[in-house]
Amino acid sequence: MIKHSMRVPLRVAGVALLALAASGCEMPAEQKAQTGYRGTGMIDYQNPRIVAAKQAANVVPPAQPPAPAVGPPASQVYQNVQVLGGLSVPQFTRLMLSITAWVSPEQGCNYCHEGNNLASDALYTKVVSRRMIQMTQHINADWQAHVAQTGVTCWTCHRGKPVPSEIWFNHVDPPRARLAGNNARQNKADENAIGMTSLPQDVFQTFLLGDSNIRVTGTESLPYGNRSSIKQAEWTFGLMVHMSEGLGVNCTYCHNSRAFNSWETSNPARVTAWHGIQMARSLNNEYLDPLKPVYPANRLGPSGDAPKLNCATCHQGVYKPMYGVSTLANYAELAAPVPAPAPPAPPPSDAPTEAPADAPASAQATPSSPPAG
Amino acid sequence: MADYQNIFTRVQVASHGYAGVPLPPGTGGGERTKAAPLHNYWIGKIGDAQIGPIYLGWLGVTSVVCFLIAFEIIGLNMLASVNWDPVQFVRQLFWLALEPPPPSYGLGFPPLNDGGWWLIAGFFLTMSLLLWWLRMYKRARALGMGTHIPWAFASAIWLYLVLGFIRPLAMGSWGEAVPFGIFPHLDWTAAFSIRYGNLFYNPFHCLSIAFLYGSAVLFAMHGATVLATTRYGADRELEQIADRGTAFERGGLFWRWTMGFNATAESIHRWAWWFAVLTPLTGGIGILLTGTVVDNWYLWGIEHGLVPSYPPVVPTPVDPALAGGAP
Repeated sequence: MIKHSMRVPLRVAGVALLALAASGCEMPAEQKAQTGYRGTGMIDYQNPRIVAAKQAANVVPPAQPPAPAVGPPASQVYQNVQVLGGLSVPQFTRLMLSITAWVSPEQGCNYCHEGNNLASDALYTKVVSRRMIQMTQHINADWQAHVAQTGVTCWTCHRGKPVPSEIWFNHVDPPRARLAGNNARQNKADENAIGMTSLPQDVFQTFLLGDSNIRVTGTESLPYGNRSSIKQAEWTFGLMVHMSEGLGVNCTYCHNSRAFNSWETSNPARVTAWHGIQMARSLNNEYLDPLKPVYPANRLGPSGDAPKLNCATCHQGVYKPMYGVSTLANYAELAAPVPAPAPPAPPPSDAPTEAPADAPASAQATPSSPPAG
Repeated sequence: MADYQNIFTRVQVASHGYAGVPLPPGTGGGERTKAAPLHNYWIGKIGDAQIGPIYLGWLGVTSVVCFLIAFEIIGLNMLASVNWDPVQFVRQLFWLALEPPPPSYGLGFPPLNDGGWWLIAGFFLTMSLLLWWLRMYKRARALGMGTHIPWAFASAIWLYLVLGFIRPLAMGSWGEAVPFGIFPHLDWTAAFSIRYGNLFYNPFHCLSIAFLYGSAVLFAMHGATVLATTRYGADRELEQIADRGTAFERGGLFWRWTMGFNATAESIHRWAWWFAVLTPLTGGIGILLTGTVVDNWYLWGIEHGLVPSYPPVVPTPVDPALAGGAP
């Protein structure tokens, strides 16, 4: 009889184990939010445990107290101020302190500035920083289709690290036997793998530096000359898996999965994401890749290319970086290029030349030929 | 204590090997039935404890050789792709693959390391399957059986040939074919559906899935019915077909009670055979039509009333690429 009475709890335990296995072994149960018409599977799944960890890791640091726009412009007080010369000295100092907190909190001012000569461009990090400030202003002014009014600051990517944690370099084929073993830049489970897939790994240089066609799906029902191959579809698929991983969302955050290419059935977020792809490609080509001659060898990739950005560089696993909290709100000087100060009345013997916001950094300010300041 | 109930019993009766039915003199391979078979207790747990006699013949030998050549080409290419590192080979095995040639080679023969190995491996794997098919056919004939088994096998070979040979030929590119690899062939499948606007709306894909799931349901229904009525002798299937006993009456009545209809002891096997055979047969047709006759199954489905429309619950976005002037 003891044997019989044991059966019920055993069965209950068995059913509980089965339920656990059926739940996909993700604890606690995921939270679901319906994002489309019922029955279409347009559902956003988030695990509260993972979300809590991400929320703890995505906290905006406290802003420096506001600084008044009083006194002479920074360009008249300091030497070699090319981009932020129109700020007042208190504003300029406040931003410098903020950048230190955002980018090099442990290394301090000397991560970019050489010794006591703050004007010197001898360190490559200063030249890169200047270009990154220009890029930030450019993003916030000209890419509001993607960043809206939330905008970005140095913190969005750097998060207290001199080199953002999510960067990429051009793919380099590993050494292998010449007669066999061609993995076609895919089919590896190494650090370059896109998510957990075996999809092509060189999607960033293909789509976020190069301008290859992402749209492979036919736009007519019957064959009409669309020669996109299944291999091309794998590249597109790889980019999309990166976006999914980089934003911590599933496909249906943007797409109705019954017709991935159909805009009419997509969510509005897809338009934002489309501008994001354009933005990443533009920034890599106009700002990040041209910095290659500025970097020392240890900052370059295996093929000698500059570090570049993708969706994860800012998003870091969250659909809106910092869950949509704006760091830019307290830093109007990063919202657009700062106008150059009006030239003072006496002949400006030492006035710096204001660099245009989108001039290539390599031509404007390399360590070997610092502009007169 | 276990007790002997029927021929599906878990009790094993140890005896001499069973050589098989007497075959007419001159039957090819018949002499091999005289070979002494082995017995294994643990094999007996899941089936007949007797192993052998095995008939291989020249078809079997050449098939095995062709398979091993393909297996070695695929495996050594995978091993070479991790720089001959056995640890990485095991760790990354599910990711590794032998890829077909890039589409730029069309139907030409590319360099060995650019898809040439894939073509050679595919050739030997295909030869192995075809030789094995011939062997199944000839062994069935030698035993005086029908040829249902080889024709069912042929249906699977059809799907394999469509994916790796016939459709690439029709599309003019070996690059359309499937890579040899675990995850790579799954990622290929997803990419295939993405490229051609969702295979979900391919009616032959629908049929194939219906037959696939139907096969599983029929197998479960049939297996359960026979097991549930063995206590009345249902395991003696042949006798019951010739002279219906209480087991088959009960099984049939059960299904008439529960769904109003029952397959007969014979026709259930035709049901199962056709469901199984039609799974790859219709699937292969669906694959062959994709890209050759239809480019976007979702749009094709809209034109043919397959796709329901739903009221928008969010503002309908417009393709931003059409707007132009994006920054």
